[in-house]
Amino acid sequence: MEIIRSQRKPVHIDVVPTLPLYRSAPPLEVRLEDFELYAMDRLRVLKGIADGLSRGKKSEEMKNLADHLWKANMRHLDASEVVNKDIISHFVLRLVYCRTEDLRKWFLSMETNLFRYRLLFEKAEVQRALMAEFDLPYRAASNAELESVKEGLKQVAQSFGQPLAADAIFYKVPFEEVPELVAGRRVFIHKGYAYIAMNQVVSLVSTQFRSHLSKALILTNRKWTSTIREQEKDRLTPIVEALCSSYLGPDYSQPREFAEISIKDIDQIAKSSFPLCMRHLFEKLREDHHLKHGGRMQLGLFLKGVGLKLEDALAFWKAEFSQRVGSERFDKEYAYSIRHNYGREGKRTDYTPYSCQKIITSAPGVGDHHGCPYRHFRTNLQYKEFLGALATNIDGVLPRSASWSNQLFICLRSKKNIHMRMYLTKFILLYQLLMHICSKV
Amino acid sequence: MTKEEIENGTADMEIDQRELMNGERSELNAVPDGFNANYLKVYYGKLFPHADIFKWMSYGNDGKHPGCDESYFGRREFSFTLDNDIYLRFQSFNSVSQLENSIKEKCPFKIDIGPVYSVDPAKRHAYAQSGNNVFTPVEKELVFDIDMTDYDDVRYCCSGADVCLKCWTLMTIAIKVIDPALRDDFGFNHILWVYSGRRGVHCWVCDPKARRLTNEQRSSIAEYFRVYKGNENSQKKVSLTSSALHPFLLRSYKVLEEFFEGNLLSNQSLFSTEERYEKILEMIPDESITSELRGKWQDNKKSSISKENINVDRWKHVKKILKSGKQKGQGLGKCVEEIVFSFSYPRLDMEVSKHMNHLLKAPFCIHPKTGRVCVPIDPNHCEEFDPTAVPTLSKLLEEINMGGLGTDDDAEWDRTSLGKSIRFFRSSFLQPLLKSCKEEIENSYNAKLQHSKTSLTW
Repeated sequence: MEIIRSQRKPVHIDVVPTLPLYRSAPPLEVRLEDFELYAMDRLRVLKGIADGLSRGKKSEEMKNLADHLWKANMRHLDASEVVNKDIISHFVLRLVYCRTEDLRKWFLSMETNLFRYRLLFEKAEVQRALMAEFDLPYRAASNAELESVKEGLKQVAQSFGQPLAADAIFYKVPFEEVPELVAGRRVFIHKGYAYIAMNQVVSLVSTQFRSHLSKALILTNRKWTSTIREQEKDRLTPIVEALCSSYLGPDYSQPREFAEISIKDIDQIAKSSFPLCMRHLFEKLREDHHLKHGGRMQLGLFLKGVGLKLEDALAFWKAEFSQRVGSERFDKEYAYSIRHNYGREGKRTDYTPYSCQKIITSAPGVGDHHGCPYRHFRTNLQYKEFLGALATNIDGVLPRSASWSNQLFICLRSKKNIHMRMYLTKFILLYQLLMHICSKV
Repeated sequence: MTKEEIENGTADMEIDQRELMNGERSELNAVPDGFNANYLKVYYGKLFPHADIFKWMSYGNDGKHPGCDESYFGRREFSFTLDNDIYLRFQSFNSVSQLENSIKEKCPFKIDIGPVYSVDPAKRHAYAQSGNNVFTPVEKELVFDIDMTDYDDVRYCCSGADVCLKCWTLMTIAIKVIDPALRDDFGFNHILWVYSGRRGVHCWVCDPKARRLTNEQRSSIAEYFRVYKGNENSQKKVSLTSSALHPFLLRSYKVLEEFFEGNLLSNQSLFSTEERYEKILEMIPDESITSELRGKWQDNKKSSISKENINVDRWKHVKKILKSGKQKGQGLGKCVEEIVFSFSYPRLDMEVSKHMNHLLKAPFCIHPKTGRVCVPIDPNHCEEFDPTAVPTLSKLLEEINMGGLGTDDDAEWDRTSLGKSIRFFRSSFLQPLLKSCKEEIENSYNAKLQHSKTSLTW
């Protein structure tokens, strides 16, 4: 792509009646302003998808949401420019999101989801054209063939809890081409051929898309670090880096930004500043002198994230657990994993605290206290218990660059409005925590 | 007796033969049970079907057709386990006589068959240097290994290395579930089932498509067959979560149910003691149901139900209560099926099937611990297979002794109990396989000719 400052020459590319696969950057010329604007529009779409997923929307809802977001953000006055915008925005965001592992993972996930939802809306011919693009050798099964395997197809559909549509299209493929579907027993196989349903084809095409994009992102990163960043340091690089930090996800790679918490402060801070999920875990720990694994991970990593040092963490957990299992057992069975969380054991990864998204989508079981109270607590009694402790009159604006802002918003908006006050309070609690910590610096 | 004594004794034995009736075992013919190098030498000298193994492993590439790949057999890895556990890998041979001579000379206690590599394994070091992965497996049969010890938690008649007719039913079930699926679902035709010599069965799928499967594809087939997931820590090891079963599971269930109710219930006495029925009650996630059943059965000591029927009756209770739908508890939907699957569904060794470079024991080897021959099993009559009646090394040697001198050397195996197995191997597996291989070689050769004719340009 050529980025030019001044007036642009209109470039017409053939409008292809399929979804772009973003295989290679097309020879387009882009205005510098459009470079940023297109990217931001697309980012809104991707963020919207991320938001919808973390609220646990089902795939039918997500499909419609993606469609809505796309139409709302990715239009262009000039109809012939629509495809260009699509392609350009994708490639700009590649630059922005290729630079770290976390960014790549997020971008890959959201772009693949976007691709999948858009594909579901396309006509069968478009889907087939895309299959051909990826060299996937699928052939639609004839009516006669379908007749002969009808019973089996019905049974497989029933095993997903779905009825078999009368006019359902199936693709007949050698079974070895679709190992994941075979392994999961998600297709009917007969005499060496697997009969694949339409939505499974979409899934397979998306998998191909994902794997191509994954490789492309790595290459883009290399190019960025080796040449582009330096070359463009007066022009594109500042835009790329700004785009990133406005929407950056959690960045715990610099724990030194935060001041430390010490054990003697911890009760006080828990009451005044912990978010509800952590507060609950903390209280349960004090009460039971024990937490199950999910709870230990969620609370433990959170404490690490807000600055509890390893020695203090060990002392803190030991003080609680030894009241229940004895200090010897603590040393033997629990101390190792605390050190592991801090990156002192095993493969020495310095684990980051869980994001709200991860907490919300976790699955606490019997005897667990982790998870997100707004999602996992079942009785109003539990909600009421927490209401008692909430402060309600603090206003304030969370600084835009605070790291947890995005997750907060997602969490806050994840339930119905009657709980708005609580959400606001959680927002505020977290803000307070930040302020509290920052003020100590 | 030593080999010399056996051989020298034949003259005397010939005379005594006439005094024997119907091949009765006499003192002179008797060969003590055992497994040792001397016995093996005779076995490899007179009985082991070298030529058949060679023909099989050549897959039609016998040099008779211009389309044959003459390097094919030479790229196959064999491995020998010698006496004293000396292990020789990457053995390869270029002809049947090389194979035969090496076996006779080295007298391996076990012969394993590995993959066909891109180059002769003997030359692998030369290619390893280039670092291009030039030495790599290119073909290997799709194999399955089912071992009785994986079922120790559901069989009470034996444990560990022992096997009897009662628990052998589990192997019969495995064959009856896996074999039809390989043929009907996956479309494979050239399948060989073999007794492993002690407590399990092996399956060799030899179609060209099967031999060329990648590790990922093999893995997906193994996963397709996997239902049992768990260890001693998981409470429920079979979890059939969906509302309806996949057609493969539905079909398999018919077989499982038939054997579970008609055989395993009684032979394994699954409900006869508290310890045993508690194990089944553990799989039912509903307290009210399990306590109702428990109560009923603890009272049973007074009842008139005979010991024989206790298992069948109690299973009837379980089924009735679970299917009655009275208690709409969670997880009860497929509980009956889960119990049946837990006790009878085949348990494959996943690792064996997943990797192309896995080495598996060759058919017609002798198992060192039991002395039994690894004979083929006919899947269509697998219910009749009796592992305790499989010929042993010593028995075969006795049978050779009884044959006497002056007989045709080439067909000595035919006059022993091994004859039946070798004939079965040839007629039901080897011949159809070779016929199909020849056809494939011809077709692909003709296709190449056609292609080169049409693509000639000047």
